[in-house]
Amino acid sequence: MPKTKKVKSTITENGETREVEIEVPDVEVSWGKREDRKNVGSRMTRVDGADKVTGRAKYTYDIDLPGMLWGRILRSPHAKARITAIDLEPAKRMPGVKAAMTLKEAGATVRFAGDEVAAIAAVSPEVAEDAVRAIRVTYEPLPFVVKEDAARAPDAPRVLGNDRPNVEPGRARSEGDVNKAFAEAAAVVEAEYRAQARLHACLETHGHVVARQEDGGIKVWASTQAVHGTADEFAAIAGIPKDKVEVVCQHMGGGFGAKFGPGAEGRAAYELAKLAGAPVKLMLQRREESEAAGNAPSAIMKVKIAGAKDGTITGIEASGYGTGGIGGAGVPFPYIYKTGSQKVTQETVRTNIGPSNSMRAPGHPQASFLMESAVDELAYKLGLDPLELRMKNDPSALRQAEYKIGAERIGWKQHWNPTPGKGQGAKVRGVGVASATWGGGGGGGTQVDVKISRDGGVWVGVGTQDLGTGVRTFIAAIVADEFGLPREAVRPEVGSSKLGNSGGSGGSTTTPSVAPGVKMAAIQAKFDFLQALAKATNEPPDKVELLPGGVVTNGTKQLSWKEACKRLPVAGVSSRGTWVPELQQSGVGGVQFAHAEVDMETGRVRVLKIVCVQDCGIPMNKLTLESQMNGGMIQGLGFALTEDRIVDAQTGRLVNWNLDEYKLPGPWEMPVFEPIVYEYPEAKGVSGVAEPVVIPTASAIANAVYNACGARVRSLPLIPKHVLEAMGRVPGRESA
Amino acid sequence: MARITELDVNGSREKIDVDAERTLLSVLRDDLDLTGAKYGCGEARCGACVVLMDGRPVPACVTSAGSAAGAKITTVEGLEQDGQLHPLQEAFLEVGAMQCGYCTPGMIMAGVALLRDNPDPDEAEIVRTLEGNLCRCGAYPRIVAAVRRAAGMLRGGGAA
Ligand code: FES
Ligand code: FES
Repeated sequence: MPKTKKVKSTITENGETREVEIEVPDVEVSWGKREDRKNVGSRMTRVDGADKVTGRAKYTYDIDLPGMLWGRILRSPHAKARITAIDLEPAKRMPGVKAAMTLKEAGATVRFAGDEVAAIAAVSPEVAEDAVRAIRVTYEPLPFVVKEDAARAPDAPRVLGNDRPNVEPGRARSEGDVNKAFAEAAAVVEAEYRAQARLHACLETHGHVVARQEDGGIKVWASTQAVHGTADEFAAIAGIPKDKVEVVCQHMGGGFGAKFGPGAEGRAAYELAKLAGAPVKLMLQRREESEAAGNAPSAIMKVKIAGAKDGTITGIEASGYGTGGIGGAGVPFPYIYKTGSQKVTQETVRTNIGPSNSMRAPGHPQASFLMESAVDELAYKLGLDPLELRMKNDPSALRQAEYKIGAERIGWKQHWNPTPGKGQGAKVRGVGVASATWGGGGGGGTQVDVKISRDGGVWVGVGTQDLGTGVRTFIAAIVADEFGLPREAVRPEVGSSKLGNSGGSGGSTTTPSVAPGVKMAAIQAKFDFLQALAKATNEPPDKVELLPGGVVTNGTKQLSWKEACKRLPVAGVSSRGTWVPELQQSGVGGVQFAHAEVDMETGRVRVLKIVCVQDCGIPMNKLTLESQMNGGMIQGLGFALTEDRIVDAQTGRLVNWNLDEYKLPGPWEMPVFEPIVYEYPEAKGVSGVAEPVVIPTASAIANAVYNACGARVRSLPLIPKHVLEAMGRVPGRESA
Repeated sequence: MARITELDVNGSREKIDVDAERTLLSVLRDDLDLTGAKYGCGEARCGACVVLMDGRPVPACVTSAGSAAGAKITTVEGLEQDGQLHPLQEAFLEVGAMQCGYCTPGMIMAGVALLRDNPDPDEAEIVRTLEGNLCRCGAYPRIVAAVRRAAGMLRGGGAA
């Protein structure tokens, strides 16, 4: 009889996570040797790829139910106003309108343009749209403020109400004696850096389809990064137990941190469905998506940094602020490098703009720009190579190795200008570097089920979600490797809260949370399978073995996988595995290098190449991993060059809410990307890297721009206006 | 108001009864259950809704049902022939030219139209053609590679 052993794990039940001891087969729990992993770590096309290229993949926006109504939300056109009256009657009287409700009452205050006021459900989107327009609301407009600098003034209109100041202190840090550091420094740099606010701009907007079920429960299709978390919240909204709620998300069109709970639109969809007695689909339109469904806060910081002659950073003093609209702001600072002494204060500034939401490495890309710009300036002021200065002050052994690889790939030696701006001609080129840090570990509580049926099918189910990173594919790969079966023999199922618990897809935790659970489930399933087969065939259990290729030796006989499965009990074999910490790890590094060109006449920046060197422990699927790295660099490129959420100070409205005016990088802006997965032999576990790969791109580009033209652009994005200001060619903040 | 009673979609005549002013995107998705074409912006700015009208790529979100009547409309669902994916669909799969996949149908339709006009587009032409198609996940380098690969498949009859 193969033995079992006890290991520590965590499980989540009824929303609570606790430590438990679980019994697992007494085999070595590890990812094994690289050469023994047939599927895991290879380049695999995605198992759901065919559904995506044929249009069969169903996103929340695609769900259509019999008798389904269309929900729409009426939103405030004012950045701040008191609602003096709401009259739903004209809408209710329109043919085809099945439900109308207020989301705020008369007397309430709307605090940003796009704030929810009322909602409608009607038989078609067109009727719903007309009905929303028919609702009569009278507002008493109130003074508002949408710019962070203006909002900090003592007499600025109060954003959240008269009893709450616009400025709230945030994270503060103090360590050592910064004044001493500045007094003794070989060089000190002091400057203000500004990183703009951004929009998530998910191609599929936020939204839900809510259908009440005959048993008193509800089924919700949600464009969400967390099916289980969303089910918990809907259970609370509906006042029913979670087992009466099913949240489904088979495919979703981008979240980037903005899609966790139901939000106001999910609650409205639920209430409308209840009121109308019919299923309701409520998907946001693009304008409301941009105004109300989340954004990444701005970050503005005065930084003073001191360095010794040899390049050691000895002190940093910084005071910063940023706005996340009516939501929060703040960045991790100082970032990455050892700084000797430090003194940092930060403030959140409230403005009458929709609330911020976490966006792919929340606060890190901004922090990176503020810190990496200052560090870069310090290097040049000390007369040192900025790459060497980084290597001197970077405590991460992983990044030390990655700098060397990246420098080689970008051609640092050939392209780095010791004297920036001394290039000849109208177009000058240079290189820059910056770094990332992230956790990348997983969270406990993931439970994975495996079922082997008599026809030889292997089903794996877990209540995670596939945001497009390829979760289904690595699940199939892990189980296939454990059984020695082809990947196609394994059928993964995700995207429903009816499946075993798993956390939300945020913080790059999905892979390190799901993969270990899947591995443990596969180990357990193999163990259970062999036991069941031994019993069914009256063989001693230690005589039954699984060989590569899915061949089962049953005593002296050899059986194919299919033949062996035929001998299983009618119900097949069902097993469950639980996440264990040994199979994941945290503390990823990551560095990026950029090669950029600046047009000295126009101030236009063109990026030629970006190299991303990123570790992730044990990689699951190189094909999708490299795609995610490209995606990170491309979003970083948008942050660097084009993206900038602009709210008009006069009207309080978001000016560039649509997808062309909020300028996302398009195919036109693409440089050459080189995603390099840094693998190292000591890696024992899996890490997630969705977030680190977006962090340093913009900083590396900004540093490359300086190296090219000799002008330090301290405001993102690196648009011609900011570049020309930095060159002193046009007046502005940069030249002031 | 004028009504449209028939649309020629993916080679079959579909009986409908819709207001001619409605968008083609809404009719395809909500009346014909062809949800491959996606809503991204509703104003011809993202390309998620691109379908072919007589072989030309159009954003279905700003095309009226009335103007689509009488034309041959092809959606991503109509590319597969006798269980065979279109080479561009095949190429998207093989190079992994997607993450969330929400932009994929529009990208593929724009790419199919390009390959019909030009069986050997260079990278610059591909980029120019796809300029109206956005991918927030940043799959562009592979999307361009997929179009190149499909061009090779179409010309040489096999994967290049
Ligand atoms: S939805 Fe038609 S172009 Fe965006
Ligand atoms: S793959 Fe997500 S938008 Fe293109």
